[in-house]
Amino acid sequence: MSKSDPNAPKRLALIASKGTLDWAYPPFILASAAGAMGWEVGIFFTFYGLTLLKPKLTAAVTPVGNPAMPMKMPFGPEGFQSFNWPIPQLIMANVPGFNALATTLMKQTFENKGVASVEELRDMCVEMDVRMIGCQMTMDVFGFKREDFIKECEIGGAATFLEYAADAEVQLFV
Amino acid sequence: MDVIKEDLVLDCSGMLCPLPVVKTSKAIKGMEIGQVLKMVATDPGAPPDMEAWSRQTGNELLRSMQENGKFIFYIRRNK
Repeated sequence: MSKSDPNAPKRLALIASKGTLDWAYPPFILASAAGAMGWEVGIFFTFYGLTLLKPKLTAAVTPVGNPAMPMKMPFGPEGFQSFNWPIPQLIMANVPGFNALATTLMKQTFENKGVASVEELRDMCVEMDVRMIGCQMTMDVFGFKREDFIKECEIGGAATFLEYAADAEVQLFV
Repeated sequence: MDVIKEDLVLDCSGMLCPLPVVKTSKAIKGMEIGQVLKMVATDPGAPPDMEAWSRQTGNELLRSMQENGKFIFYIRRNK
């Protein structure tokens, strides 16, 4: 069975399952772009993705165990900025504060290049009425409460998301 | 080429995906049907994205051109 209403707008159903800074971007970019095209959008935030519904986002990134992540500097001449620093995983994993540094560098690089912050993208999604569903099971497992998350989200489970996704032209797991 | 007269200009220079389409969508919603928006961008991904956005929303991309390293779009609000 396809959509009950043939005139309904297209629909995008996303699962956001990761909470690091690098993986926080794809669901919010896709959701805001789809919203801008007049599509209905719903995102199911589950496992570590659930933390993307906290009022204050603390998403960080680590180059450890993330070998494809370019290590680049957000300042200096162009040649310096495009240089990919070959820092061994052993050093990155053992230098205190390395993740905080990598997170700061990535945020700064993104800002310099004209990419919106994750907070800004999420605000756009809220403004465009993107439906955000926090996973009840993940809340129970990690001990989160409803008030730990933004008021614009709702709480639901797999069936809530699947019912929504069943009527979606595009369904993606991030 | 005929000159297209715009009713509003939106400068998205320096912004990357998805900001040009998001800002365009917001600007178009604030315009009257039939009015024309001129959007300026520097993101090389903007031309294919604006074409897709126009097909998906039904707002007409009257012209897509490149001038002095900038991408310029004229969009008429149809819906």
